Amino acid sequence: MAADDVLVRVENVVKYFPVKAGGLFRHTVGHVHAVDDVSLVIERGKTLGLVGETGSGKSTLARCVAGLLPVTSGRVTFDGRDITKLSRGAMRPLRREVQMIFQDPYSSLNPRRRVGSIIGDPFAIHKIATGSERKRRVQELMERVGLNPEHYNRFPSEFSGGQRQRIGVARALALRPKLIICDEPVSALDVSIQAQVLNLLSDLQKDFGLSYLFIAHDLEVVRHVSDRVAVMYLGRVGEAGPKDALYNRPRHPYTVALLSAAPAADPDTAAARQRVILTGDVPSPIDPPAGCRFHPRCPKAQPLCATEEPRLVPDMAAEPAADGDGDSGAATAGTAGENVHLTACHFPVAAGENLAAAASREFA
Amino acid sequence: MAIVGYLVRRILTGIVVVWLVATAAFFLFFARPVETVARLLAGHAATPQVITEVITNLGLNQPILTQYWRFVDGLLHGNLGYSYYSQESVNTILKQDLPPTVSLVIGGTILWLIAGLSVGIISATRARSLFDRASNVAVLIGLSMPVFVIGELLILVVFLPLNEHGITWIDTGYSGPTSGLGSFFGHMVLPWITLASVQAAVYTRLSRGQLLDTLGEDYIRTARAKGLSERRVIFRHAVRAALTPVVSQLGVDVGQLLGGVFVVEIVFGLGGIGQATVQAVDQDNLPVIIGFVIIAAVFVVVANIIVDLLYAALDPRVRIT
Amino acid sequence: MSIVHEIELEAQSAVAPVQGRSQWQLTWRRLRGDRVSMVALVVIVIMVVLAIAAPVFAALTGHPPNVAYPVTGENAAGNPVGPFTNGFILGTDSTGRDLLVRILYGARVSLFVGVVTTFIATALGVAIGLMAGYFGGIADTVLARFTDAVLAFAYVVLAIALAVVYGPSLTIIMLVITFFSWAGIARIVRGQTLSIKEKEYIEAARSLGAGPFRIMFFDILPNLLAPVLVVGTLYIPQAVVFEATLSFLGLGVQPPTASWGNMLADASNFYQVAWWYVVFPAAALLITTLAFNLLGDGIRDAMDPRTERLLAARRLRRKNRKKRKTGVAGTGPNPDFPDPVHVGQIP
Repeated sequence: MAADDVLVRVENVVKYFPVKAGGLFRHTVGHVHAVDDVSLVIERGKTLGLVGETGSGKSTLARCVAGLLPVTSGRVTFDGRDITKLSRGAMRPLRREVQMIFQDPYSSLNPRRRVGSIIGDPFAIHKIATGSERKRRVQELMERVGLNPEHYNRFPSEFSGGQRQRIGVARALALRPKLIICDEPVSALDVSIQAQVLNLLSDLQKDFGLSYLFIAHDLEVVRHVSDRVAVMYLGRVGEAGPKDALYNRPRHPYTVALLSAAPAADPDTAAARQRVILTGDVPSPIDPPAGCRFHPRCPKAQPLCATEEPRLVPDMAAEPAADGDGDSGAATAGTAGENVHLTACHFPVAAGENLAAAASREFA
Repeated sequence: MAIVGYLVRRILTGIVVVWLVATAAFFLFFARPVETVARLLAGHAATPQVITEVITNLGLNQPILTQYWRFVDGLLHGNLGYSYYSQESVNTILKQDLPPTVSLVIGGTILWLIAGLSVGIISATRARSLFDRASNVAVLIGLSMPVFVIGELLILVVFLPLNEHGITWIDTGYSGPTSGLGSFFGHMVLPWITLASVQAAVYTRLSRGQLLDTLGEDYIRTARAKGLSERRVIFRHAVRAALTPVVSQLGVDVGQLLGGVFVVEIVFGLGGIGQATVQAVDQDNLPVIIGFVIIAAVFVVVANIIVDLLYAALDPRVRIT
Repeated sequence: MSIVHEIELEAQSAVAPVQGRSQWQLTWRRLRGDRVSMVALVVIVIMVVLAIAAPVFAALTGHPPNVAYPVTGENAAGNPVGPFTNGFILGTDSTGRDLLVRILYGARVSLFVGVVTTFIATALGVAIGLMAGYFGGIADTVLARFTDAVLAFAYVVLAIALAVVYGPSLTIIMLVITFFSWAGIARIVRGQTLSIKEKEYIEAARSLGAGPFRIMFFDILPNLLAPVLVVGTLYIPQAVVFEATLSFLGLGVQPPTASWGNMLADASNFYQVAWWYVVFPAAALLITTLAFNLLGDGIRDAMDPRTERLLAARRLRRKNRKKRKTGVAGTGPNPDFPDPVHVGQIP
């Protein structure tokens, strides 16, 4: 894979949030390990899906990529430029290339501003178009995302949830960015509306050659839109790989558990499936477990898991010599190309292994 | 024992605050040209010699730091200085005037809280009833009336007609509780009502709004669903939660209360500290004014400590540390 | 919301007017429906007009505000004369001056102080509260402590201090009133800013590259205007009361300049002989402050979306009552649907 194909390279990104206590003299008593040593690649024109539970750090990672949060350590390179050390002024041109679509179509649109002004905001901030030119371009955008351009002067409150999300898409599209970060863009919408918005996103990807970082907790939605998928747990990537490989042959016990928990449409499938029920709660990100972060809840856990942290590596047995660049030891999710399936687990789940049985054995 | 440490700390910071206020007042007031003060005291016709003499007598010609030192030294010994006019100790003046002011503040506050909270609670539990509407109107009028207007109107429509018909129990002026409780209450009832009315209006509105919000919460519905009597739901669950913001407002209103005290003392001729101070302002009697400023600062500090303790007692989330 | 519904909406909006109604239009519309607020507004307008026209009244009656009429304005005992005596419409005051003219001149002082101090305090409070809420950190802590200190400070003490040092004057009391008003507004603005700051549209603006001042003025401020307008309206009567109280204590507007506060201070010596001297200035004061308070409450209700439902319910009840009275069944609008004129208003 040529380096040109890579739009965003996330390398060993760490993001800690200080936890403060005390009244007048506040001092830091600990850190929330929101994102801990994550490496990812987003390819041009492709979609990287990011899955994980609430609190797994996926939204924080997205904000680091968007340059909205400074990283604690690590590097994010966009189009070959390191963006983690840019000043606010130097960041401005980059803002035109990375845009975000937010989860809540209600709180992501300012209720006191008219739609035209919301979608035209990017033009105003970057002083691109003014007056009637701005209006023309805003109305073009509205038409492109399936809104009636005559609703230019309406307020967000006069639109439905799906229409509001289209407004958010139009705003993100205004500056013709290269990357759009979709932070759970459909999870607040009705299922029937979700498909419309997802289809709009995929049409736009084709037309404008957009890359997406698509965050969701709904596995089916991610499967629908993504080329590659990464699974996050407690600030780390547990497994990453091409969509089909990851969904059909999950190797990390956490991925297996997640997939088995997703509702199945076909009742026969649902009945035949064996669910892996995880015990316990997600541990606190302030004091994450040593070794593999998943080990306290993992049905396959062994003493090694509690002491040594597994690295994110391709399964040599299943996919010998992935790309041959000789860098497999420090492989990052996606660097090794489209079809490499990476797992951070000492004892990956083999094809056909029954994890549900292992889990219930533990219960007994 | 946490509470002792807390109190000690609060009292120490309180002393610092009072000292800062006293110092600010001292430098603010004594920054003025001394001749003005002296001329005022000596009269317009005074010769320059007389004025110089007055200045020397009052010690106003000494360096300001020397004067300040004397002032602080006096403060540490509990001495607030001497009146320019009567050479009387400010301590004595304030001590004489303290009883009416203290009676007014205590009685007025009790009345204000009882009236404000009870009317607020009843209104909230019977929202949109006749009582609620009537109290809303009363609250609005209360909010719109300055204290002194209420006082003057009470004199006009209560005191004067009663007096004309020979009912003299209600009276203006001050009569201490030692000279008969009956006459004490007779003299204080109108001032108390006046002082309490405006604040009561504020608190009625506040407690009604808070309680209405609280009664809409899910846990109140849960409490009702558990089959608790409405009384228990309101008093055990709702009122306690609704009162905490009301109490935190108390600390803010202590300063406002002082303004009301001044006005009420003047309207009813109670002759308290407020009246003495306003008179002192008229006469440019600086030691008395500074004495008042210090007393006011002490009052605000103490009242705020009490309010914070009350707040901690009401809200289990607030811990005193 | 179902697809069908959305399509329906789409179809509706194709024919509906394209101009959306702003929050202000909605508020005004609701306010106009509230009789009490409208009366209050009219009273305020009349008060303002009367205050502006005070010199006209002085000219018409031939009684300038500060001229005493010892012959016509006082009775044999040297006391004020009552209303409608010797051409004094509301009677005279202790020195035989025209009470009506002086009340109107007092209105000038009161309204001027009320409006100007509220305006300055609001501007200050919004600017400081916005900055503190948005930037947070040490600036915020300092402001919070300072605000608490200001709110707990006894205003009388400051008024006295300044009056002693600089002599009582209108400027001083306006300073005192402003000083004690901005902190409350700053506190409200700060709280609102803190909650708005967490909204996703603020993050959206940041991701677009908007700077902090653009975000504060274009994204946060419009959301603050509603509460600020309400609080501002309610601060005006407070400032009027404040001015009257300080003038009453002799710390504010000094005689012979007329102010409701100093008139009432003087009137307290004439309870028994001249009730009008107390009642008319007090009434002027009360009517003014009451009107502002009622209007402020009305605006607050009109801005609260919950009110729309209450109003709709009231309309419905009224309509049903009428229907019952006329005895025509089934011809009125379906009570489950408010009449179409009002449908579009619900945001």
